[in-house]
Amino acid sequence: MNAEKEPLFSSKNMKLLTEPLNDSNPITVQVLGICSALAVTVKLKPAFVMALSVMVVMAVSNVVISLLRKTVPPRIRIIVQLVVIAAMVILVDQVLKAFVFDISKQLSVFVGLIITNCIIMGRLEAFALSNKPWQSFLDGIGNATGYGVILLIVAFFRELLGSGTVWGYKVIPESVYDFGYENNGLMILPPMALIVVGAIIWVQRAKNKKLVESN
Amino acid sequence: MRSYSNTYIFIFSAIMVITVAAILSVAAKTLQPYQKRNIEINKKQNILTSVNIESTAKDAEDLYKSYIIESFAINTKGEKQDSVDAFKIDMKKELAKTLTERNLPIFISSLNDSKQYIIPVYGKGLWGPVWGYVSLEEDLSTIYGANFAHKGETPGLGAEIETKAFQQQFLGKQIFDEQDVFVSVSIMKGGTANPNSKYEVDGISGGTITGNGVDEMLKDCLSSYESYFKTLKAEPEMIIENVTDSVSDESQTINE
Repeated sequence: MNAEKEPLFSSKNMKLLTEPLNDSNPITVQVLGICSALAVTVKLKPAFVMALSVMVVMAVSNVVISLLRKTVPPRIRIIVQLVVIAAMVILVDQVLKAFVFDISKQLSVFVGLIITNCIIMGRLEAFALSNKPWQSFLDGIGNATGYGVILLIVAFFRELLGSGTVWGYKVIPESVYDFGYENNGLMILPPMALIVVGAIIWVQRAKNKKLVESN
Repeated sequence: MRSYSNTYIFIFSAIMVITVAAILSVAAKTLQPYQKRNIEINKKQNILTSVNIESTAKDAEDLYKSYIIESFAINTKGEKQDSVDAFKIDMKKELAKTLTERNLPIFISSLNDSKQYIIPVYGKGLWGPVWGYVSLEEDLSTIYGANFAHKGETPGLGAEIETKAFQQQFLGKQIFDEQDVFVSVSIMKGGTANPNSKYEVDGISGGTITGNGVDEMLKDCLSSYESYFKTLKAEPEMIIENVTDSVSDESQTINE
């Protein structure tokens, strides 16, 4: 990295990107955005598209709010945030419908539900309103990645165990089924997403002692 | 922190709302043609699936052209409605009309040297609309294929109507009984259908309400074609004549 760009990716800025992946992960540590984690993680593909859409919405609305932060009257700031998020979500929905129709069919109502994803609102309120655009952008990308990674892990296990496929491709050979193996129908249902997320939190805390609360 | 006057707040929100509205309407307008095309292709794919032809978004148009030989609309008395484009009919709107005013689309495909009559169906599931296409063989009673879709049924339960496993149960079932009375195909509670019956299929365990919705949809939509089927069956020669006629029809109208 050359000297000119150095401040852009200074260690403080990099932290904005990497912290949400582990120490302050929006799903496993802050426990936000759980509802969408339940809804779209039956298969990997929609989970991936959801993660990508959230990333776009979060990064752009973070930047927009950050640019406006000195002009937004505090009394209506929540409304302004909502309008920005809603506008972004509608744009994403329209683009999906125009170019990846199949996936937009699968996501259907969930795209609209990005508006209610508390992670986005939370980052706007907690970060973008008081930070510069570049930092806000990194924060948005970081948090969306943290969210997306968990989504993909959950979706991987649910798709593998629930449908015997990964990314739509069959990975469990037919011969295994002949021996009496069956796809676990429970994995398809939302409660299992919660249990998988719980398992991820467990594993994460076992490895990262910082997160363990002292009694 | 600076405090803001009410005037400022009003102007700020007005500008914000107008800007957002402008951006969204421009986006909606520019993307509309792509979206319309996608919806059209999707519809063609659904129609093709109902006669058991697999298609992708890319080849759907070509396959549709080569297999679907005719499409037209009829009214509930079974008379052809020439002024209506069958492909553009919105079943939801038609079903909201009174019986006599409805335009009912029919698509005719030609496969394996015989004709299939494809009939669109539309109804209510548990959470939202369910719809699909049912194709009948030339006897107008045996189901050749079926394809169902839904807006938001529960994944793993009601949404299973979208799966091959559910749809393939319909193959070979009859919608008219031996006395030629319309009976439709009933969707039973999961696992209770009599495997020897020609008029029953298994529903989905845990998806009973969606199953009932599909059941009702089939009865409602297929029954409104009954009188058309009766006329077709009564005069089998007429069908053949009609087909040849429809080609020469166009030249006649030009002559007129």
